Amino acid sequence: MNHSDNLNEIRAIIAHHKRWDLLALIAGIIALMIAVLTFIALFGNMIIDGMPRLNWEFFTSFPSRKPEMAGILSAWVGTTLVMLVTAVAAVPLGVAAGVYLEEYAPKNFITEIIEINVTNLAGVPSIIYGLLALGLFVYELGLGQSILSAGLTLALLILPIVIVATREAIRSIPVSIREGAYALGATKWQTVADHVLPYSAAGIMTGIIIGLARAIGETAPIITIGALTFIAFLPPSPLQDQFPFISFEWLMEPFTVMPIQMFNWISRPQEAFQHNAAAAGLVLVIMTLLMNGLAIYLRYRLRKNIKW
Amino acid sequence: MQIFKPASGSSATAIQKSVVNKLNFYYGGYQALKNIDMVVHEKQVTALIGPSGCGKSTFLRCFNRMHDLYPHNRYEGEIILHPDNENILSPEVDPIEVRMRISMVFQKPNPFPKSIFENVAYGLRIRGVKRRSILEERVENALRNAALWGEVKNRLGDLAFNLSGGQQQRLCIARALATDPEILLFDEPTSALDPIATASIEELISDLRNKVTILIVTHNMQQAARVSDYTAYMYMGELIEFGATDTIFIKPKNKQTEDYITGRFG
Repeated sequence: MNHSDNLNEIRAIIAHHKRWDLLALIAGIIALMIAVLTFIALFGNMIIDGMPRLNWEFFTSFPSRKPEMAGILSAWVGTTLVMLVTAVAAVPLGVAAGVYLEEYAPKNFITEIIEINVTNLAGVPSIIYGLLALGLFVYELGLGQSILSAGLTLALLILPIVIVATREAIRSIPVSIREGAYALGATKWQTVADHVLPYSAAGIMTGIIIGLARAIGETAPIITIGALTFIAFLPPSPLQDQFPFISFEWLMEPFTVMPIQMFNWISRPQEAFQHNAAAAGLVLVIMTLLMNGLAIYLRYRLRKNIKW
Repeated sequence: MQIFKPASGSSATAIQKSVVNKLNFYYGGYQALKNIDMVVHEKQVTALIGPSGCGKSTFLRCFNRMHDLYPHNRYEGEIILHPDNENILSPEVDPIEVRMRISMVFQKPNPFPKSIFENVAYGLRIRGVKRRSILEERVENALRNAALWGEVKNRLGDLAFNLSGGQQQRLCIARALATDPEILLFDEPTSALDPIATASIEELISDLRNKVTILIVTHNMQQAARVSDYTAYMYMGELIEFGATDTIFIKPKNKQTEDYITGRFG
């Protein structure tokens, strides 16, 4: 076999192999397109249906029997207040639990069981949390079908997400930094408060926001604990003009949230209500995207100075 | 290359800062240190040398009870700290107290992702120093002692990560010096640095020898010869030979030490 024959043979083999490269590339693009185009179609459809309804009145009106007068005021206020309760409950609990598991817990069998359970809790269907909350918060603790019950339910739901994110953020801090603090005579708590938490703040915040972004769209557990589907009043404002200027009455009020408002409108026969649902969906998606955007920004901002 | 230099203080007059008595150390079931007896002289540099895995870092980390951070570690024997005549390995002694008295500089520079000033001030802050003027004075002193002041005095607010590797290591030395430690531990402080940064750290250690008692682990024998007054050769968890650096490097008593030092093994 002479030299050029050999070379041609090699080229033939390469060309043959590259055919598979091309096939894999095409298959990958098709798969990606199916996913992306589906999303674009859904989102586009929602924009076309909902955009004309998005105006100031839509945000400042209560739901109504007449679709053109109906709005999402009670829904977005409800969602905001429920999210507030969720964050206030889930953040300290989740971060403290994560810190305990990473920094304080002895490495033994019981800790391992707890760790596995926490990770698995993230995969429990959300309606199960709803059932638990219905029994525990609504009836046993007597909190009723209130904003407080809903917020605590969603807090339980996202607790595993916050714990896992906290642990991962803490674990990314190198051992050498921890040892550096301990070697100077820092106690465990000083090491956690001065180093571990500040350096893992970006990761923890990202976890919290991702958790809240999941909670904001949850419908099943909220329906289970009995949110109203039609509500034409607002809870009393947390800020008062008279002493003590702050009120917690709103916690015990009935409420509705964005996804339930959507659900309510979708189940109506009139087409105009479908447009309302699309508009509310658009608002919900934008809220979620904004939260994710904030998570990305915070991650970038807080990590800019930290490179291990 | 000039390798050997006379020890700055003769062993007869040097004061004992610490005495190690029959020290055994166990990582769970594995015995990493075997029956070590040694003396650390005050305001002298003592080098720990030996092949990888011989236990020299393990030994060093006994001095600030670093092993207490991890489960299943166990000490036997004593490390007596003078002049208090206190066994710092005793379970009654709080490891945090030991670490406040004995500082450590690590293998890889490990500054905190904080400003240069806050890095040096951290040890003082956890001792409760709050007055800005005192902090400033002691941070400046520590940075001067670590030969870093001139390079950073106009940028104390900058992040420590913006310094070069050698500067970061000198910052870690300043951080360790800021609290006036009785002993300063160095765990292979130049192994992550380039030759120029290494030279500056070695020079710094030589400058510090009259100010603080130093214990240094190094895998580099020339470094031990250049910077130390006393040298301990370790092998497989045992202390094979200990003595004035000049003696160890010129006429070691033990054949194993000689083989290691002359590069026939290790």
